[in-house]
Amino acid sequence: MIDDWVGHLHSRRDSPVSRLPAVFKLGVGLIIIVGTVLAPPRAVGWYVGAAMFLLITAVLSRIPPLFLLRRLAWLSPLILGVALVNALQPAARGSWMTVAAKSTICLLTIILVSNTTPFSRILRVLKAVRVPGLLITTLALMHRYLFVLVEEAERMRRARASRTFTHQRGARWQTLSTVVGQLFLRASERAERIYDAMCARGWK
Amino acid sequence: MHIPDGFIDGKTAGVTALLAVAGAGLALRQTRRRLAPRRVPLLGLAAAFLFAAQMVNFPVAGGTSGHLVGGVLVAALLGPSAAIVVLTTVLIVQCFLFADGGVLALGANVFNMAIIGAAGGYAIYRLVCRWLPGTRGQVAGVAFAGWCSTVLASICCAGELAWSGTVAWPAGFTAMAGVHMVIGIGEGLISALVFLAIRRMRPDLAGEISRPAPPRQWSELVGYGLLAALGIAIFIAPFACPWPDGLESVAARLGFDQKAVHQIVRTPASGYQVPGVRWAAGATAVAGAAGTLVVFGLALLLARSLVREPEEDSHPSRP
Repeated sequence: MIDDWVGHLHSRRDSPVSRLPAVFKLGVGLIIIVGTVLAPPRAVGWYVGAAMFLLITAVLSRIPPLFLLRRLAWLSPLILGVALVNALQPAARGSWMTVAAKSTICLLTIILVSNTTPFSRILRVLKAVRVPGLLITTLALMHRYLFVLVEEAERMRRARASRTFTHQRGARWQTLSTVVGQLFLRASERAERIYDAMCARGWK
Repeated sequence: MHIPDGFIDGKTAGVTALLAVAGAGLALRQTRRRLAPRRVPLLGLAAAFLFAAQMVNFPVAGGTSGHLVGGVLVAALLGPSAAIVVLTTVLIVQCFLFADGGVLALGANVFNMAIIGAAGGYAIYRLVCRWLPGTRGQVAGVAFAGWCSTVLASICCAGELAWSGTVAWPAGFTAMAGVHMVIGIGEGLISALVFLAIRRMRPDLAGEISRPAPPRQWSELVGYGLLAALGIAIFIAPFACPWPDGLESVAARLGFDQKAVHQIVRTPASGYQVPGVRWAAGATAVAGAAGTLVVFGLALLLARSLVREPEEDSHPSRP
């Protein structure tokens, strides 16, 4: 399970795209996404153009194509589900193709931006556009401790699984929720220690 | 329930972004005013906790599993404003780091899951707590609010998709509400079990961290209530009202109610008196209300079976 999530992030490698400034990448990504969302269904030229641009960027960014395809496939079930619901509705049969094209282009854009830009750079851009400091602090701490807590959850789950020899569903729900509760307690105790550490380093 | 980009159009994205910015801004202001500086890192850690808690899979049946989403749980533990900040953070990270949920759809996702899901769920939780005091009321409140918030958020999601013209309202509403009425049971159950576990291990933590005085807790919710009402009026009301007309058009297309349709064409006002249509809309409302009551009863039963009354405030004795 943990591999699933960590596998969502590609290990960073140097490429012409990753060296571009974060503001530029976020700006271009936003333009592509806004343009794609607002483009009328018949504007095939825009979709083809955006897709070509993204493909060229993908090649330049040196992200393995298989990784990109896997990420797209992981995020597509909802798109397929909506397409299915719409396919059952005779009136809306044409429009779901547009929706699928739009969301695929937008998905590819975010995947490319997030895999070539460190999250701290994105935070710096958010800070520059006057996002409140409390939100920035929370975002930074979440990003920092995300994988720490995911690993901790995985360790606790494994420890529990190696000690509990029952297949009763009710009992397993009880123990698993104790694990989740314990995870919250550990997170809040860690938060106390982090606060002390932050103060020791001169945080206001 | 994360809406990707391309599913909602420009106007929906704009309106939801405005609502979300207003809600998150209000929540940030309230949090900054009420939260002790010592507790500030807890927001980030709670967000990371929610993310990690979603890794723990609960076995359901036949090899499938479910996991916690946790909006109501965090709201019950930290209070509504902190919960909105935490969930907004989770949604931003999921969007920018994992491409889960769109950039332009971020406003819609924040509105559905943070404002409707967490703050709305918190209001329901407080109502149940007021009606049924003690640990039992809290557990029943978390369970019931967990279910309600899941279903409400999914209905808002269906409304936004319908307003954008992506999925027609009747199909989207039935699919989203139907699926999430089932998913919500798991969410309510897990939230209640985790809440009870935390309460047993650290009774001091399972209150609210920002501890405002009781009357101000409700005033804290007024702003979010207004935003939620505004959103519901925009996204859902237009579809909920003309719903009979939608059914009429279906009836007309299928051709089984020619007489009634002719009658409507002659006298428009009688459209709402077609017995079949009124019965269908009424039946949906009755079914929804009955389902909600059943879930409320289940939440009470769950709390009754999990919490023994004499055990309250004494040390836990369950194995």
